[in-house]
Amino acid sequence: MHGRPRKALSQEDGKALASKAAKLRTLQSQFLHFHQNKIYTAEAVEVSAKLLEANPEFYTAWNYRKLAVQSNLAAAQSTDSDGSINSILDEELKVAENALKKNYKSYGAWHHRTWVLSKGHSSTDRELRLLNLFQKQDARNFHAWNYRRFVTALRNISKEEELQFTTDMINDNFSNYSAWHNRSVLLSQLLKEKAQGYSLEQNVLEEEYEFVRNAVFTDPDDQSGWFYHLWLLSQTVKHDRPLLVSTWPPHGSDVHVPTYNSAEGFTPSQTASVHSSGGCFPVVLYFSEAVRGVNLTTVTIEVEFDTNSDLKWKPLSANVYGCAQAWVAYVNCPDGELHAARTYPVKLRLGHSPGITSLHGTHYNHLSCIEFKVSILPGNSIHTENRGQRTSWKDDNFIPYETNHQNSSLLDMFFNLSIDEGSETTASKWQAEAIANEIAQYRELLSFSNCKIGKLTLARLLIAHDAMISHNNLNASSIVQSEEVLGLYQDLMKTDPTHSQYYKDEYSSVLLKQVTSSRESLLGYCHQYRKSTSTENSDLICLRLASLSITRIGSFEKLLWVRMLDLSHNHLQSIEGLEAMQLLSHLNLSNNRLSSFTALDPLRFLKFLDVLDISFNEIGSHTVDTRRYLCSSPLSHTTGSDFNIEELTTNYLKDGNYWEAYLTFKCLNLIELDLRGNVIVNENFRSYMSNLMPNLKWLDGEELH
Amino acid sequence: MAADEGTMSYPPIEPSTFDLIIVGTGLHESIIAASASAAGKSVLHLDPNAFYGSHFASLSLPDLTAFLTSPSPSPPSLSHSSLPNLSQVPLQTRNLYSVIEISKTETIEEAKRFCVDLAGPRVLFCADLAVDLLLKSSANQYMEFKNVEECLVWEGSKGLRNVPDSRSAIFKDKGLDWREKNQLMKFFKLVQKHLDVEESGERISEEDLESPFAEFLSKMSLPPNIKSIILYAIAMADCDQDLAEIKTGILKTKEGIKRLALYNSSIGRFPNAFGALIYPIYGQGELPQAFCRRAAVKGCIYVLRMPVIALLMDEGNKSYRGVKLSSGQELFSEKLILDPSFIVPPGIANSSVDTHEDSSHICGSGNINQKVARGICIAKTPLKPDVSSCLVFFPPRSLYPEQASTLRVLQLASNIAVCPSGMFVFHISAVCGDAIEGKKLLNAAVNALFPVPSIIPINSFQEENGNMEELQPTLLWHAFYIQELCTGSVGSISSMPMPDMNLNYNDAIEASAKIFQMMYPNEEFFPETVTSDIPEDNDDIATDTESR
Repeated sequence: MHGRPRKALSQEDGKALASKAAKLRTLQSQFLHFHQNKIYTAEAVEVSAKLLEANPEFYTAWNYRKLAVQSNLAAAQSTDSDGSINSILDEELKVAENALKKNYKSYGAWHHRTWVLSKGHSSTDRELRLLNLFQKQDARNFHAWNYRRFVTALRNISKEEELQFTTDMINDNFSNYSAWHNRSVLLSQLLKEKAQGYSLEQNVLEEEYEFVRNAVFTDPDDQSGWFYHLWLLSQTVKHDRPLLVSTWPPHGSDVHVPTYNSAEGFTPSQTASVHSSGGCFPVVLYFSEAVRGVNLTTVTIEVEFDTNSDLKWKPLSANVYGCAQAWVAYVNCPDGELHAARTYPVKLRLGHSPGITSLHGTHYNHLSCIEFKVSILPGNSIHTENRGQRTSWKDDNFIPYETNHQNSSLLDMFFNLSIDEGSETTASKWQAEAIANEIAQYRELLSFSNCKIGKLTLARLLIAHDAMISHNNLNASSIVQSEEVLGLYQDLMKTDPTHSQYYKDEYSSVLLKQVTSSRESLLGYCHQYRKSTSTENSDLICLRLASLSITRIGSFEKLLWVRMLDLSHNHLQSIEGLEAMQLLSHLNLSNNRLSSFTALDPLRFLKFLDVLDISFNEIGSHTVDTRRYLCSSPLSHTTGSDFNIEELTTNYLKDGNYWEAYLTFKCLNLIELDLRGNVIVNENFRSYMSNLMPNLKWLDGEELH
Repeated sequence: MAADEGTMSYPPIEPSTFDLIIVGTGLHESIIAASASAAGKSVLHLDPNAFYGSHFASLSLPDLTAFLTSPSPSPPSLSHSSLPNLSQVPLQTRNLYSVIEISKTETIEEAKRFCVDLAGPRVLFCADLAVDLLLKSSANQYMEFKNVEECLVWEGSKGLRNVPDSRSAIFKDKGLDWREKNQLMKFFKLVQKHLDVEESGERISEEDLESPFAEFLSKMSLPPNIKSIILYAIAMADCDQDLAEIKTGILKTKEGIKRLALYNSSIGRFPNAFGALIYPIYGQGELPQAFCRRAAVKGCIYVLRMPVIALLMDEGNKSYRGVKLSSGQELFSEKLILDPSFIVPPGIANSSVDTHEDSSHICGSGNINQKVARGICIAKTPLKPDVSSCLVFFPPRSLYPEQASTLRVLQLASNIAVCPSGMFVFHISAVCGDAIEGKKLLNAAVNALFPVPSIIPINSFQEENGNMEELQPTLLWHAFYIQELCTGSVGSISSMPMPDMNLNYNDAIEASAKIFQMMYPNEEFFPETVTSDIPEDNDDIATDTESR
């Protein structure tokens, strides 16, 4: 039962309990004797029954009974008597039932009953009656609901009948999470099978929206209905298949690759085109959800020149299932073999051979072809100038980006880009209408009921609606709606401080969606970088997302082109997903709330990063690193983590306290690093870091060499 | 007299002296008989009728007709008592039913197999005083109950709709729009918070508690239809709460909330009872009978068909000494209780046990100038398909603009063993100022429920059953009567009140307890017995929920 406070034991109760425990101990030692000596006589089995009746949680006794049943069944089968087989199994059902009466949430007893019934000898007639009894006593007993699914499958009870049962249970008390949950399970199956009356997803979902509306309007503070509503929403907006949403280089672009070694650092180019650096350039695929199975068979790369190395697709920050939203391949431009005057076309093809699947097992099947051209940029002297001067993030160094600037073609490419045209219109009319209708309903609810979860649901509905209509081109209304969403989250942060971190995260991703929603909007945040000593503008464009109070970053699919990023003066605790921005060379994370080096884990993937500012964060001030479980480390066995144990033992064990810093920074080749204002920083650490990265020229604003 | 002949066969009652003689087996009389017997008093319980229950009886149609229409017996000739110094005072009866209109019993088949309530409609709330008293006195072992399956409210031209009386009922309701669902539930929560004593600070202000409930509901900005449902179908207000000129019958917020709390705690009190209301199988006459059986167990002597023709009065101090039965036997007791059919003779000095001012008219509720219009109807079809028992409320002004009181209808079926299968009994009642108003109310309700040729729109289940003609209940038999609401008095001769206009027994039980305490100030009203066989948890009310 739920919501019943525990009472302290009275003295008499305590004594009774003690004598009960003593009895139990005698029984237990008796039982263990039988168990250890494999004695399965009737008397011995009876002892275990008594023990289980007193304490159904003693799983050793359940296992003993299973062994006893197996041994006794073998004996019965040899004499070929059906009667004795049945009586053996019936006895087991009785013991399990008695145990369940004692504790109807006993894992062992439910499992034992399932085990006996799975043998297929026993009648299942009694099971539903028993279940009704248990589900009446506690309608939210998830063991009973689990067992119910098992029994209904065994008895071939129709899903429609079970769906009606959930309706009855919900009608009885709509706070029954288990009933709502079972309803979602059954409906998913019925919709999948396209059973009679369930072939039109639209009708079914619209009816369900109406059904659950009864619950949320009657008692908006009860969460069970809202959870079901969330499930309905996910059913309405779900994409059947993963989509490729963005790539770098974008389709139809020119890539200019400098031919010198990337370790030499950043090289700006004077030409109006997409840049890369270092004789090697990344190709990034960004999907709508995490996928696996990206390899040279599923995504072919046609390059005219010999890449001279093992070309392969690698996941960026894969989860334990090997799925990642962003995948990268590094294409080498071999020195001296390519003509500077020529352009070399590159073609990527997806969807021609199957194998890319989402976590839920749906396949990517849209045929796409991405073409771009690569040309070689001869090295020049500019980069030496850069090495001589520290990067400055001061306002003076940035001038607003001129929209008619020739480089704006880069942004255009991203905004005119529609990779999966055709397949993206899967959101048909009824879904948008259904969600628009829900939005109207919940706006109405909020007009007379101040309800947290209602606000959250409205925000989610608006986001879902925005995402749907943004497929059919952007318009003003979507921007208006994101203003409303931001307002809702700001309101929630104030009224529900317990969950404010979640609201801030959601707020951040909506804000970034808004920022990146159109070319014009994004251009407002783009600035041209100008070195302090120079009056000339470099062609380096900086995306300045500073002081926006964001707690996380998102909308990476629109930001793959960014090389210089200012995220300072925010509330970032994590930079998850940043690894997709492969071109980043300058990154400012200063004045955030990053609390550990593990929070910087995505940096490991940024091959071209030269300049990093993580000053004035909280690294070292927290004894517990709450993000460690999210990040790959030698301790977490994450797939794709390429840690060399030998290397680790020789290198980081000797480094003592700094092994986390070692893991993050050993792959980086920074020229500038600013660590000031973090608790962990001291002279020792500074010298450790400068040793770790021999190319480091500027540390904490001071020139090293 | 026929009654004399009928009782001649009885042997004389032994002993001839009792602590208490009670005439009439109505609910108040039976409860006092049981409690006095339990307190160790010697009690003789008489009834001139052949059945238990008096004005609370459940009767067959012929018996009902006979009971309502039999002429009051002429006063017997006076004679002197066998004992010296005692004189006989004839016991006069009074007419409590008027404007009686009854269909011929012959028009209905198996008329004897019906069991209809004289004082219907009346139900028990699972958490009310009647249920508590049944459990406390162990009288529950003699009774079985069934749920009243649905509560419906009449919304004028829109017909009938379910009363959204609980969280799950609001959830299921098809008649409320989304906003109304929210408002109603919000109000229920407000009341719940007020009642949860531990959660302080959420209480409704004293000022609001003293204000009229209708005003409070308006203040909570509940729309008129919801207000009406709360007032008349959940708080069970008897008369129009919006008419300010009526001084009595205005429900205060405090009382309204109490009634909501009773309703709410009734839902789910017993795991096998669905909904708030239950009704005794075999009719409400079972209730006084159960207390009589409890009394008999404790030694009370029962004699039915035994009229009392006269009281015995001490010629000296004019005090009550005993009764003379129609059999001629004279019996003596310290105290006497009379059912409301009898007039306490003014000649006897009725020494009140309590000189307190309200002692003479304590029992019975409501305005003494009011009457109750009651009706019993029989039809072959239920009001709503597949619903065998239901309670229907007609709030004031829902039948006609001048309708000043709530009219209630209780539909019962053969599963409660009150009629042959395939038949339905409808008990109707409403408070009225006079007989004309009472008749108008009854006729209006009958016209609404059993319209002669036309079709009444019974919304919400019209779609489920296309053929409405077939479902229309047709009135087969009816009995209308106006019942007086007289109060009781306590003295050496006490008079019990008539059945009140309420839907439940709470007032009747409170009155019985009070009368008992006044008669026996040193005794406990149903003491808790250590050897009681009542289980600790109150899951003991037998309700048959199979029909659900």
